[in-house]
Amino acid sequence: MFVLGAHRANDETGDAMSILIDDIHKTYGAQGALAGVTLSIREGERFGLIGPDGAGKSSLMRILCGLIRADRGSFTLCGLDGNRDLRAIKSSIGYMPQRFSLYPDLTVAENLRFFADLFTVPRRERDERLERLYRFSRLKPFAARRAAALSGGMKQKLALSCALIHTPRVLILDEPTTGVDPVSRREFWDILSELSRDGTTILVSTPYMDEAARCDRIAFIHHGRLLAVDTPAGIPGRFPLTILEFRGRRFPVRHDDMLRVRGVASVRLLGDRLRVACESREAVERAVRDMLERSGAEILSVRTDTPSIEDTFVHLMHEEPGHV
Amino acid sequence: MSESAFAVETKDLTQRFGRFTAVDRVTMTVAKGEIYGFLGANGAGKTTTIRILCGLLRPTSGSAFVNGHDVIRYPERVKAGIGYMSQKFSLYEDLRVRDNLVFFGGIYGLGRERIEQRIAEITSATGLTELLTRKVRGLPTGWKQRLALACAVLHDPGIIFLDEPTGGVDPVSRRTFWDFIYSLADAGKTIFVTTHYMDEAEYCHRIAIMYQGRILMCDSPSAIRESTGDALLEDAFIRLITRESDTETGGD
Repeated sequence: MFVLGAHRANDETGDAMSILIDDIHKTYGAQGALAGVTLSIREGERFGLIGPDGAGKSSLMRILCGLIRADRGSFTLCGLDGNRDLRAIKSSIGYMPQRFSLYPDLTVAENLRFFADLFTVPRRERDERLERLYRFSRLKPFAARRAAALSGGMKQKLALSCALIHTPRVLILDEPTTGVDPVSRREFWDILSELSRDGTTILVSTPYMDEAARCDRIAFIHHGRLLAVDTPAGIPGRFPLTILEFRGRRFPVRHDDMLRVRGVASVRLLGDRLRVACESREAVERAVRDMLERSGAEILSVRTDTPSIEDTFVHLMHEEPGHV
Repeated sequence: MSESAFAVETKDLTQRFGRFTAVDRVTMTVAKGEIYGFLGANGAGKTTTIRILCGLLRPTSGSAFVNGHDVIRYPERVKAGIGYMSQKFSLYEDLRVRDNLVFFGGIYGLGRERIEQRIAEITSATGLTELLTRKVRGLPTGWKQRLALACAVLHDPGIIFLDEPTGGVDPVSRRTFWDFIYSLADAGKTIFVTTHYMDEAEYCHRIAIMYQGRILMCDSPSAIRESTGDALLEDAFIRLITRESDTETGGD
């Protein structure tokens, strides 16, 4: 157990809002990055931003960090006004950008000290804070190792430690686990859960649905717009169709004929499973089964499955006007 | 060259680096047309195994046949019959899509006519046709990934190695990418994927879970999930390797 921030000082604040975003717009040249984003994130919440490349995830994060300015709209962070109190906001935020931002030639300890200086952490607090960060990251045995020589998972933990050096109330992480193996990834997320339990608000972006499932709430973002905001358990409720899952062998890879069956919306092959999104099982099962068997597939079982976060995401993306 | 039903066949494949055993008696068979995934943490031995199977590294002991060629005796024949694409794909950003394809065709020693023919085939299968004259720089990641794959299969290899091919892309692009992979498998190509991501592993016909140089389990994603009683592949994976490290006591 570790307590880094202990921000949850008074429990009666229950639903205190940590980040309030109101109608934020941003364009780069002719390209729209954010087209009116409104969102509120609670204190201590793990909030996931899910979306494709170029959807606006990084832009939104950079605006909240005060690195770029919104064209229109406003936000408050820990009660501070994003248009006026930028300096104070910056000291309340820990930001971990997408690209590894540490000094590869410096050791683990030197990187941490450098960031402590940068954020003017008082000397007398510094040692204790470093100890705490070492404890949770388990990087102490590697303190003298150059950052360049760390494994992917350790680099991420060091970057996270550097972002936490000034005990920020809000942590903003832009695709923090890209390229990190599953064991380190799980460890990283366990650390995030601990932080959020201590009251740190976490805004994290990821293209991975299994990570999305570990957030308290997620928002799908596409073309600079939020398509849905909900809990991971609530998201599949926005999928209006039924998923019919066939298990078997030798499923065809082309599904044009199945897509012509009335009631079939989409077909997806996943290893030994063929997932058909349809209006109802009764309407399509027979026809799809016949087609599969005629094409030489062997069906072992059929069942209806709960739609996944990914099913819902893909559906909402296709539903969006202007989708190609 | 022997005509084998298997695209990849290894027996007790072992690779030691000094006192460290990176690959520990790996025995496996991968059928033609199969999509086979390697799932493991860093240092599990995935990359070393792939390097041996690509004819880039001579194993310490054991045997491996790729497309029927012995990787120890005929590494050059092995290399000629495979395609490789990694997450850190090496495209020429300042060149157009078309130039990249022509360039890779040249590297593989394809003739002018053959290159044109293959470009036409592959770009229509990947949906890249309309982008042929576009510069690579500025293309969305999903399109770059498709182009990198197109470059890797231009010489029509029997086996394609993919190292975390769709890292960092959204599910829609990932689906499009895998549609193309499935069509390659359907045409008899064998696909060998290494990945950290369960979103990607779920697309494989079979997955081998690697830990400390050994294959702990090899089965379909659904069968692996059922064997541990987990709803999510990642939970099953973590459970399997934790169980293994507990029995050894220690770990790191």
